[in-house]
Amino acid sequence: MTITADRPETDEGSSSSEAPPASGGGQQAGVRPRWMGQHIGTALICAAIGYAIGHWFGNWLSSDYIYIANSGSNSVADFLALAFGVVGWLAGIGALNYPAAKLAGKEAKPQETVDHWSKYVRFSMDHKVVGLQYIVGVLLFLFTGGLLAMAIRTELLNPTTHVFGPGTYIEIVSEHGTIMMMMASSLVVGPLGNYFVPLMIGARRTAFPRIEAFSFWVFMAGYGVIVSALPYGGFPTGWTGYAPLQTQAGVGMISYLFGFAVIGVGMMAAGFNILVTIIHYRAPGMTWSRIPIFVWSILSTAALLTLATPVLFAAGMYGVLDKTVQTAFYVSEHGGSSYLWQNLFWFFGHPEVYIMALPGFGIVGELMPVFTRKPLFAYKVSAAGMIGVALLSFFVWQHHLFQSGIDPDMRPLFMLTTELISIPTGFLFLVGMGTLYKAKIRFEVPMLFVMAVFFNFLIGGLTGVFLSDVPVDVTVHGGFFVLSHFHYTIMGGLVFAFMAGVYYWMPKMSGKMMNKKLGLAHFWTMFIFFNLTFFPMFIIGLLGQPRRVFTYAKNLQGLNDFSSISAFLLGLSFLLFLFNLLYSLWINPVKASSNPWDSLGLEWQTASPIPPHNFDRIPVIMSDPYHYSEEGAPPLADFGENQRVTASSTASAGAPASANEQ
Amino acid sequence: MTSEPRHFRRMTTIWVIVSLAVDVLFWTLVGPHMAPGRLTSTAAADQTDINVLMVIALPVLLAVWVFMGYSIRTWSSKRNGPDPIGGEAAAGNKKAVTAWIVTTTVIVLFLAGFGTVALIEDHGSGGGEGPNPIWAPAGATAAETAALTKSDSWSPSKVLVVQVIAQQWKFTYRYPQFGGFETTQLMLPADTSIAFNVTSLDVIHSFWAYQLGVKADANPQENNVAFTDTKNPGSFTVRCSELCGLWHGAMYDFGKVVSGSDFQTWATNTEAANAKNTKYLAPFAWTYVPDANGAAGGYYIDANVTPYSKSELYGAKQ
Repeated sequence: MTITADRPETDEGSSSSEAPPASGGGQQAGVRPRWMGQHIGTALICAAIGYAIGHWFGNWLSSDYIYIANSGSNSVADFLALAFGVVGWLAGIGALNYPAAKLAGKEAKPQETVDHWSKYVRFSMDHKVVGLQYIVGVLLFLFTGGLLAMAIRTELLNPTTHVFGPGTYIEIVSEHGTIMMMMASSLVVGPLGNYFVPLMIGARRTAFPRIEAFSFWVFMAGYGVIVSALPYGGFPTGWTGYAPLQTQAGVGMISYLFGFAVIGVGMMAAGFNILVTIIHYRAPGMTWSRIPIFVWSILSTAALLTLATPVLFAAGMYGVLDKTVQTAFYVSEHGGSSYLWQNLFWFFGHPEVYIMALPGFGIVGELMPVFTRKPLFAYKVSAAGMIGVALLSFFVWQHHLFQSGIDPDMRPLFMLTTELISIPTGFLFLVGMGTLYKAKIRFEVPMLFVMAVFFNFLIGGLTGVFLSDVPVDVTVHGGFFVLSHFHYTIMGGLVFAFMAGVYYWMPKMSGKMMNKKLGLAHFWTMFIFFNLTFFPMFIIGLLGQPRRVFTYAKNLQGLNDFSSISAFLLGLSFLLFLFNLLYSLWINPVKASSNPWDSLGLEWQTASPIPPHNFDRIPVIMSDPYHYSEEGAPPLADFGENQRVTASSTASAGAPASANEQ
Repeated sequence: MTSEPRHFRRMTTIWVIVSLAVDVLFWTLVGPHMAPGRLTSTAAADQTDINVLMVIALPVLLAVWVFMGYSIRTWSSKRNGPDPIGGEAAAGNKKAVTAWIVTTTVIVLFLAGFGTVALIEDHGSGGGEGPNPIWAPAGATAAETAALTKSDSWSPSKVLVVQVIAQQWKFTYRYPQFGGFETTQLMLPADTSIAFNVTSLDVIHSFWAYQLGVKADANPQENNVAFTDTKNPGSFTVRCSELCGLWHGAMYDFGKVVSGSDFQTWATNTEAANAKNTKYLAPFAWTYVPDANGAAGGYYIDANVTPYSKSELYGAKQ
């Protein structure tokens, strides 16, 4: 086990913010204003410069070609502008300093560390800073996508009176889907995974802090690229981007294809870093049967991120080549195949579905013991279930192509594999029910969100079995039924679990409690209006409404209106969450005790606020963190100086900040 | 706590009663109206499938809900019940785990078997099987071959071959057994096996004849075959269910199933009325190459009237 004590990136303890450490080389050591150095401002400037250079370069290269001249817009220039913009962004934030120096054969300058709020807009290699950066990042995606969802539901209020033209509507639908998928791939792994996995396994940092920080800044570059589709005229394909519609589409399509490739780089980087961290950076004694279940879920997710995302990257770049230099990967008249896109996209896309589900299972499993005061039921089954889901998820992708006209021979097989995956997925419920049995449940806000995950994900999961059945799929494929199904799993599962995680871990991240009254109001509105929005869509789908339509049968207006109005209220519920964040963190902050939920988790045992190096001494782990309500339970860990944390010691330690303790 | 009730037994009792009631109510009240109706054999089989799955899924749903509801009510910290027990006993229960895994596995394997049988019995359940269908009804392959070689005409009790041509943003239909005329009306005879041959001239569409229980993607340069057996006369909706661009939402029309003799009259009349147009159409084929200057535009935009220009022109500097 190599837990390194030297942490080149976190030696801010040695220098005050007035006198930043000398940057080495020819740099003058002295007082430098805070706005200097590399931060989001320089990143934006460099991105703009990169964009301009790329555009000019693309025009210089290709504007004389007949097909470019005749197409009315220069797709090569548009693509190179985006690509150079991303590179500029990364250079501007400082992500390329280290690799560039190394490539040039020089020793890289030590990373400048800033102990000031501006570290949140800089290239920071502290996993806790990256985690918080990711929270802001995913919320930016989430609220952008959410606004677009409001627009979709507004259009669907009436089948014949239109708010948007069909072109604008398709742009909105496509942007909504793509932004939300990008958000959901990183929703838990990015913020909570980066923040808490090292704390949970007793590590001082992640394995590759530079790659970790890089993954965040690439993720934000992806936001820029996908949003750039709007000024480029949007793209008409939905988030699935099917060719040949992709080939036919305008320049906005490049933003989609390249955006997914950029996001894909971030996903691979994040997954790879966290995978290696979990494997190599566990504290002594943190054996595979002692790592928290949340870490198991992040491990399986990270494996999927690392292995499935390269396919997305390749698929996206093939599409970019088709659209810029006229290759024909997806063009059947010229030797390509539109099925190739479908196969590649879903070969990534189905593991992606579990990238968006497994972290939710992990949060649920992690929080249940805390709020039931019982050990996690069937820990090993739960971990095995997640690994099983991750493995099987590579063998189910063709269920998205049941009516597509590909070889029907494989259909029974893919029906079987898809249904098989419900067995390990079902372990979530076994674990949840076993843990609830004869428990003492504290219905704090995080626990309510956990219970909501069970409620929603059960509906999402069972309707998935309908979709996996080929005869039933003939009716429900491509309609509102499947739309509702995946909103129940992704939003009802992952987003609710994310909320549980935010309410649960915010005291540790910020030192402040989330307001409980606002939290309850947020929970109940979100739970009720989520179900009222999406449940009617199952019926709408069964009654024959296809996805992504701006007009529909007149007799479905009642259901659609019901769904739309609920959706607006659901949107208000998210504003309530935003308000709760502002209220609890800045307007009226209430200091949290160091372990307000009486959790045994290792992340709660370190000091609050968490020191930059996480643990003064690397703890020696002595048992798994779920020995609740156990007489004579083994101590959790040895922190040195005879500090041992046991089940009984946390139960009495500290004054619980929440009102509802036993 | 000497009078600790037998929780599991109570839950099971509640669950059995509620599940039975819900299943019976579902089967009798909702089931007959379930999508996609019973206009064709395929639709009827698909409807039965959905109902069978519902009857299995509802008790599963209720099992979890009853358990959760019971837990919330009984074991809330507000009720001041006994403190939970930790340790080995609470961290696992081999019997419960085994029972769970065995039950879910049995259900899943049954469903997969059931779905496979339904799929094969019902000639692909109305889903597109691609250019080489493997679950064709009797006579379909012969009828398809004959239709392509124009050596066939249709009479009641024979398989009717219909070609569905999707393009942005409408469906047209060709009837090869009636001289290959093309029309925007989809008419089908009752009590007949239908072989839909679905293709596209531009992007991917999906031919979804809702009440027929048929859905097949329309791919450019691919023939996607789907089968159904019509039963009674009736009307149905056709919608595009694969996003195909700007007017995807408006890409729908309506079709009719009429009696065999009515159909034959309609088809013969339409064939005669359309004859002077039909001779200008491309000869009947399973797929058609899109015209580079058609509605969708070609891949290589070269402002040439021929579908494709010579390859040396592409990308050449002027």
